[in-house]
Amino acid sequence: MKKSGWVRKDLLGLQELSKEEIELLLATADSFKEVISREIKKVPTLRGKTVVNLFYEPSTRTRVSFEIAAKRLSADVINIAVESSSVRKGETLIDTGKNIEALKVDIIVVRHNCSGAAVMLARQLRASVINAGDGWHEHPTQALLDIFTLKEKLGRIEGLKVSIVGDIAHSRVARSNIWGLTKLGAKVTVCAPSMLIPLGIEETGVRVTNDIDEALKGADAVNVLRMQFERDTESAFPRQLEYFKNFGITTDRLTKAKKNIIIMHPGPINRGIEIESAVADGLNSVILEQVTNGIAIRMAALFLCAQANEKLKIL
Amino acid sequence: MPMKEKARIMDKNGLLRTLTRMAHEILEKNKGTKDLVIVGIRTRGAHLAFRLSELMEKIERHKPPVGVLDITLYRDDLSSIAQQPVVHKTEIDFDIQNKKVILVDDVLYTGRTVRAALDELIDFGRPLFIQLAVLVDRGHRELPIRADYVGKNIPTSPKETVQVRLEESEGIDEVAVMENHE
Amino acid sequence: MTILIKNGRVVDAVAGISDVMDVLIEGELVSRVSKDIKAQADTVIDAAGKFVLPGLIDMHVHLREPGREDKETVASGTKAALKGGVTSVLAMPNTAPAMDTPEHLRLLKGIIQKAAVAHVYICGAITIGRQGKELSDIMALKGQGVIAITDDGDSVDDEGIMSEAFKKAKEADVLVICHCEDKKLSAQGVINLGFVSTQLGLRGISRESEYKRVERDLKLAKEAGGRAHIAHISCKESVELVRRAKKSGLAVTAETAPHYFSLNEEALVGYDTNLKINPPLRSASDVLAVRDGLKDGTIDCIASDHAPHTDNEKEIEFDRAEFGVVGLETELSVAITELVDKGILDWPQLVEKMASNPARILGINKGRITAGSGADIVIVDPRKEWFVAKDGFVSKSKNSAFLGRVLKGVVEYTVCSGKIAYRKTNE
Repeated sequence: MKKSGWVRKDLLGLQELSKEEIELLLATADSFKEVISREIKKVPTLRGKTVVNLFYEPSTRTRVSFEIAAKRLSADVINIAVESSSVRKGETLIDTGKNIEALKVDIIVVRHNCSGAAVMLARQLRASVINAGDGWHEHPTQALLDIFTLKEKLGRIEGLKVSIVGDIAHSRVARSNIWGLTKLGAKVTVCAPSMLIPLGIEETGVRVTNDIDEALKGADAVNVLRMQFERDTESAFPRQLEYFKNFGITTDRLTKAKKNIIIMHPGPINRGIEIESAVADGLNSVILEQVTNGIAIRMAALFLCAQANEKLKIL
Repeated sequence: MPMKEKARIMDKNGLLRTLTRMAHEILEKNKGTKDLVIVGIRTRGAHLAFRLSELMEKIERHKPPVGVLDITLYRDDLSSIAQQPVVHKTEIDFDIQNKKVILVDDVLYTGRTVRAALDELIDFGRPLFIQLAVLVDRGHRELPIRADYVGKNIPTSPKETVQVRLEESEGIDEVAVMENHE
Repeated sequence: MTILIKNGRVVDAVAGISDVMDVLIEGELVSRVSKDIKAQADTVIDAAGKFVLPGLIDMHVHLREPGREDKETVASGTKAALKGGVTSVLAMPNTAPAMDTPEHLRLLKGIIQKAAVAHVYICGAITIGRQGKELSDIMALKGQGVIAITDDGDSVDDEGIMSEAFKKAKEADVLVICHCEDKKLSAQGVINLGFVSTQLGLRGISRESEYKRVERDLKLAKEAGGRAHIAHISCKESVELVRRAKKSGLAVTAETAPHYFSLNEEALVGYDTNLKINPPLRSASDVLAVRDGLKDGTIDCIASDHAPHTDNEKEIEFDRAEFGVVGLETELSVAITELVDKGILDWPQLVEKMASNPARILGINKGRITAGSGADIVIVDPRKEWFVAKDGFVSKSKNSAFLGRVLKGVVEYTVCSGKIAYRKTNE
């Protein structure tokens, strides 16, 4: 691994990565974290490279995070927001991707509401593709920044007990976290109402529970997912208040958990739905540090993929 | 590429003598350790920077601070970065503003590494000046860069390489000229 | 016009024959099948080392005409059929317009008469516009030559209408082909519901959505005293339901498609939209159950469910891509590779599944090679391998589930109504 380094032109998900590849990403991000703490937070590494943020779903924070990351590496950044509703009539994803590539763009960061969209784009293009979230499938940079933050706080991942609480079935953040954490040797528990637990998830090696107190008990960290009630209007979904009552992370609940349990959230937070304000803003919360670390992780992803693609061009 | 050792230039004692002389030269030229900071280029330049700092302490009873520079991100093309897969941290935990910076590397060759290091250093602030100290200058410069302190000038052909081996990284202190055999 | 096929291994499943013999074709009929035929013929084909089979009958084909001629036409679809050794197809009625009235049937029959290069039988729609609301005039459809009815692509949700369909079909003596899918249960799914759908973050289609409807249709057929043919069986529960229904004496038959006995859901990990099919590729254990069903006779036939779609409809996001794969040109080779070569079926059984059983189920006088039978014959080299490439397809659409695969068994000649309708050219 040390010898060959990173050889992928794309970052599509954590499922396909080896433990060593994930560790290399984390180590690289660690070096970039030093860069972004400098007075001049910019290095010339990707000077002359162009990054396009191709977003089919509205997302301010991920897009801004990638934009800052690319700029800190001296790349030029262009943002393209596509109205998802107009996609059917308009140009296909592949055509859009090929057009962007024809503009001599080096890296496409893609966010899409369809699972597999980034995989498909990467297969068709020579440009690097970084998955910034595809449907319910994966959101690798989010999981990497979660893991990076955990490692920074607790010094290791192996052996940690991490609980993921929320809509596991429809969460790409949950999936990527499960792959990444289990590969690095963490013991993962997922917790949600039964209907939000996807079929066969225990085959990934996670423990499943519907009891939030059970999930919190003995956990070193809890990753609280955003409950996206607006995404699915199916009446069967638990109503917000009921969800908060049964699964919300509250100060009261945390009295039974480890004293220094780490509270993570991918954002944006729904205060009073999945997490109580006092917890989100409390001493155990690392939510804002996650945001900072996101830049370092995305710099690492952009850098490694660009570098690997450069190697491919030479070969 | 198979490499054969052509000549052993320095051993442990030789290296110590050379570094000691360099430490003296640096102190002489800068009139002591006041405002002096030492920054080594990863990895062997960093080891040499720590050694120079310690030697100066023996002479002046004051140890100049040492920083470590990883210039990977400042290299002039991505494919050359690709040869060095892991990006390490730059660790300079002091302010270089208005300081006398001694930049240290093991071998001065094309000058591109030093160029990258200068660019990076300047991103950390505006030093009073930067001087360059290298253990070996082997010639073949591609940029207008010269060293202020040279341990040893070793004229080489482009087919040869100079290997500096240090206890911290290779377990032995020595300098050798190697020859490529294709 | 006479053709003499020499020294091939002739398989006639009905007569239980699999022997090296000669076949003499005179006009549109087979005139003799025996060893060492000494006869003058216009064309003599040396079939030594080859298999000589009855032309295949594929009872589940979407020819797309009228309406979606960009995907396939009667001409291109039947040409593709011949390349795959298929001489008779049953055209599915989900065209635009649907085959729900005599008028629409006359339109299609006109096209077939002009354009078809193989035999095309027509399947009518059970309900008007395939909307599941109003029964078509099945007797009138029969009057236009329809031999079976289905709303394929959709199941008739309304039990009353489906029950009535069984009764009317019985009166008209046409076959009811059941597309078994409860769309409330398949719930906008795109692949099999299971660990793979969880991994990929795609909506799943449960096995229940299929077998619950199989169960219902078997029940309705039984009550109506009618005949049911279950289309494209993909899961173990469906196989078991049909097995039990057959044991209980019910007049039920069933088909499966090559992808269901050769591929499982694991193949979807790269989001290949050419593997997006309805019903979906199921688990490895379902594949085994389908193979068992073929072996023990629970599943009577293999039909391709040839469903052509253009690149525009496939090279898009997985959720948005159309369901379906082309199959006419690969089905025989897939069956040889996955069933015969693996010892699941022998050659006579293969001929049963792909020729004589469909003929019997559809009530057409085909699927045999014997003196007096129609001269629809395929000559296949059982050992030769070929690489499935996109540019090799005759069909207008290239959405094959087997692209990039090496398959065994190459169709050398297809004889249709006594004429050499397809001949493999040496590349």
